[in-house]
Amino acid sequence: MKKLLLSSIIVIIAITFLGRLSYLQIFTFSPDQVLEDPAIKRVYDYPERGYIYDRNGKLLVGNDPAYDVMVIPREVRQLDTLEFCRLLGIDKLKFKNELRKARIYSPRLPSVFVPQLSKEDYAKLQEKMRHYKGFYIQKRSLRYYDTKSAANVLGYISEVNERDLAKNPYYVQGELTGRTGVEKQYEDILRGRKGVQYIQKDRFNRDIGKYKDGMMDTLPEQGMEINITIDKALQEYGEKLMHGKRGGIVALEPATGEILAMISGPTYDPALLVGRERSKNYSKLHYDSIAKPLFDRSILAEGSPGSPFKTLNALVALQEGVITPNTTVQCYNGFYVGRKKRGCHCGGGLRRLNDGIYKSCNAYFAATFRKIYEKFETTDEGMDVWEKHMKSFGLGQYLGYDLPTGKKGRIPSKEYYDKWYGDNRWAPSYIISNSIGQGEVAVTPIQLANMTAAIANRGFYFTPHILKKVDGKNISIPDYVEPKHTTIDKQHFEPIIQGMAEVYEKGTAKYVQIPDIRIAGKTGTVENFTKIDSVRVQLTDHSVFVAFAPVEKPEIALAVYIENGYYGSRYAGHIASLLIERYLKGEITRTDLEKRMLERTLEYEYAKPYLGKEFRINEYDWSQHSKPLEELISRE
Amino acid sequence: MAGKSVLKRVDWLTVLFYLLLVTIGWVNIYSSTFSEADSSIFDFGALHGKQLFFILASFASIVILLALEASFYERFSSLLYIICLVLLLGLFVFGKTISGATSWYNLGFFNFQPSELAKVATALALAKYLSDIQTDIKRRKDQLYAFAIILIPAILIIPQPDPGSALVFFSLTFVIFREGLPLYYLGIAMLAILTFISTLMFGTIWVVIFIALLLILFFLLKNKKFRVPVIPLSVAVIVTILFSLSVNFVFNNVFEQRHRDRFSLWLRLEKDPNKLEQIRKTIGYNTYQSEKAIESGGFFGKGFLEGTRTKGDFVPEQHSDYIFTTVGEEWGFIGTATVVLLFTLLLLRLVYLAERQKTDFSRMYGYGVVSILLIHYFINIGMVIGILPTIGIPLPFFSYGGSGLLFFTALLFVFLKLDANRLKEGI
Repeated sequence: MKKLLLSSIIVIIAITFLGRLSYLQIFTFSPDQVLEDPAIKRVYDYPERGYIYDRNGKLLVGNDPAYDVMVIPREVRQLDTLEFCRLLGIDKLKFKNELRKARIYSPRLPSVFVPQLSKEDYAKLQEKMRHYKGFYIQKRSLRYYDTKSAANVLGYISEVNERDLAKNPYYVQGELTGRTGVEKQYEDILRGRKGVQYIQKDRFNRDIGKYKDGMMDTLPEQGMEINITIDKALQEYGEKLMHGKRGGIVALEPATGEILAMISGPTYDPALLVGRERSKNYSKLHYDSIAKPLFDRSILAEGSPGSPFKTLNALVALQEGVITPNTTVQCYNGFYVGRKKRGCHCGGGLRRLNDGIYKSCNAYFAATFRKIYEKFETTDEGMDVWEKHMKSFGLGQYLGYDLPTGKKGRIPSKEYYDKWYGDNRWAPSYIISNSIGQGEVAVTPIQLANMTAAIANRGFYFTPHILKKVDGKNISIPDYVEPKHTTIDKQHFEPIIQGMAEVYEKGTAKYVQIPDIRIAGKTGTVENFTKIDSVRVQLTDHSVFVAFAPVEKPEIALAVYIENGYYGSRYAGHIASLLIERYLKGEITRTDLEKRMLERTLEYEYAKPYLGKEFRINEYDWSQHSKPLEELISRE
Repeated sequence: MAGKSVLKRVDWLTVLFYLLLVTIGWVNIYSSTFSEADSSIFDFGALHGKQLFFILASFASIVILLALEASFYERFSSLLYIICLVLLLGLFVFGKTISGATSWYNLGFFNFQPSELAKVATALALAKYLSDIQTDIKRRKDQLYAFAIILIPAILIIPQPDPGSALVFFSLTFVIFREGLPLYYLGIAMLAILTFISTLMFGTIWVVIFIALLLILFFLLKNKKFRVPVIPLSVAVIVTILFSLSVNFVFNNVFEQRHRDRFSLWLRLEKDPNKLEQIRKTIGYNTYQSEKAIESGGFFGKGFLEGTRTKGDFVPEQHSDYIFTTVGEEWGFIGTATVVLLFTLLLLRLVYLAERQKTDFSRMYGYGVVSILLIHYFINIGMVIGILPTIGIPLPFFSYGGSGLLFFTALLFVFLKLDANRLKEGI
């Protein structure tokens, strides 16, 4: 017993040690620890973010160098504070505060002392810098915008947050990432890949050389430049015309699906979201809950399409063989739903398809819509067919374009009405408003533009997209080069396009024609409502316009949706016409039209629901729209 | 046989273990103190160079130790012991202070630590006293003498302060147990430690409840004919309870805060996980870093000179007391298990050698060597891998330190000389 005591203790100790060591080194060991090793610092070498050009190679977004003055408090030696402060343009109190803050953060590690010096200050400071021990200048790169437009398209970049970090292990704290628009969508292309150097540290966080002699280090990969499909001149011009108006405009190239312009009003200067004032500016934009400048109306605003939708109903009716271009309908300055009369502004009389379109006759399309579902035994079957045709134009679903946000819009199905009214508790008369693009149908401006492009192409469209070239080479993404065919046969489009061309020649848009260019278009006037103190109140109609030109070989198709702009040809028609002329001719011949659009704003209309008193809607006289808002309000 | 050279009779297996440990130790010191700037492994200005010098010096001392007459060690053990006591006393006047402990004499080229010599001397003196024909360990008086031999140097070392080294001397009680000290002494010591720890962890009330349960169990299960020693049993129970009551007082009033923190950390007394983490990163900083470094080595380790935490000096004192973390980080479980096995084999071999001695003195000294090596190895690695509280003592043959290596070598080779001589003595 006594002889064995010591030996057994030795063995017990050995077993205990081996147990503990295997616990530490085998069971709690996880192989990825090299990256979490506190003894290894990763130093990143950031590549320059890729430039963004427009379709013609004009610069939209570049980079601007910015200079931060950094400080390592422990290395700061006696210096001429007065001169240093003068060079930096700060006072002595700020100097002291910043130094104290940096020292609290860490005496050994660099902190930002003065961020983002201007180039001039940098030039002055640079040669004197060596006198100031412990201070140095760090170069950074900021986004520089060569335009005041397209903020909604380009998007902005900002520091990664917790969620980004959790989602993508590439990022580390303090890095920038695209937040919206193209910057977000093509983040991976624009960003490039940062280079990494692994540095061995000691426990005071000091560098003591390269880890593994730099074997694991990588070089940065440059971000690639991209061309987007936007036409810079058109985009800028469109935003100018949008001044003081709310709504969305989308212009497409029908032959490719390329987005030529994507305008949202009101918008903001993209440069506001860069640099020292970024967060202040962002808050201002974010908290403007009435005008919502950050809300991209061109792809997010869902609204009733109004009369342009009549063209689609006509196409469906032709395809289903329930009407021919010669089918006539009697308009009694309106039409009856049960015993209730709905109005029509076409003037009344016997209408055929052609003048039904260019005079925008409600009665004609109500009758047409009825004929579609009356072809089938039940309304349910009719609705299914109608829904299928409508969806083939890209409505009621995500279009699949390459921007990070979007809305589906709505093409109501029989299920939708079953849910709303109860199974079989709804009659065809409940849904008649859809015939004229009111009712339950909802579209976004880009869907409206895409639908127009499909008409312009006589039966097919290309998925709208924003990316044109990467690193100078044209993209070939199958989804963007293969046509999407609608369910309507080609021959049915000609009578519709004929009617749309006559909208300009003798119909609702004859005052906004362009000399020498044959345009096809359709006006829309959309009734809309808001709630004031929970009472439903009607507001001035939305002004909607879709058009494409030239009629024979379309180069541009667009949709303009101006909130509370009254009838279709007033604001939307003017703007569509000007944009088409600008794009096709490169100049504006009708300067009176242009002057009117640049001067008139809808602030007066937008202020009405907030004035707290009775107001009139759909005022015929719009000369006062050019007057300053204050004057208009006080006059009331 | 008797005429053959000492080289033929020395236990080469032990020598092999010794050489392996010293070599592995030096490789790890080299890695711990390595920096790209150093040019040569023979750079005697660098720590690994200095250690190499002491390894060579140790080898030289082995020659001398083996050449000396075996009977010399027994004869001069008392004198050596007294010299050591004088040297330890002298520290109070002439001692040099290094990192807070006045444990060294400055000899110009080298700092000499007498407590290291005292370990060898005390092992020799204890063996000499116990092997004396007039000593009977069953007698109280002789037990007291034996303990006094152990305690006097320990008491002189505690105020340096160097509680770690003082603790080493207590390991020599194993020698006394081997020579016949009743085992219930060990039982009482274990009981005291158990009571101390369980009181800290669960409180006096639970200790009392536990004792009561044990007593009930005992009376239920005991043989009817067994006569209960009522008085000793009740005295034992009362003393245990009183001791348990005194624990909290001692812990809160006698211990210093840093001691309390070490216990709090070791026994996980702090229940608030945030505070525990705080203690882990401040008081337990060394242990925290060494555990993490060992963990990061995994099964195969990061490779020689590839230990990032070692290079970054994350573990303080890594070349001395925490040298084992370098093994753990760079050589992984394979390395740590090898070192543990080497120590185990060496110690078991020494126990075997001790048992085969023909003279009491040699056997007792052998036990002394095993006890001293064992407690160093146990406390050092136990501390580094986080199962024992922080007590600063070196890992034998491994840790950086000149006098440490010299005296561990002396401790071992004096015994090997005695072992080589055992047949001569027997004749």
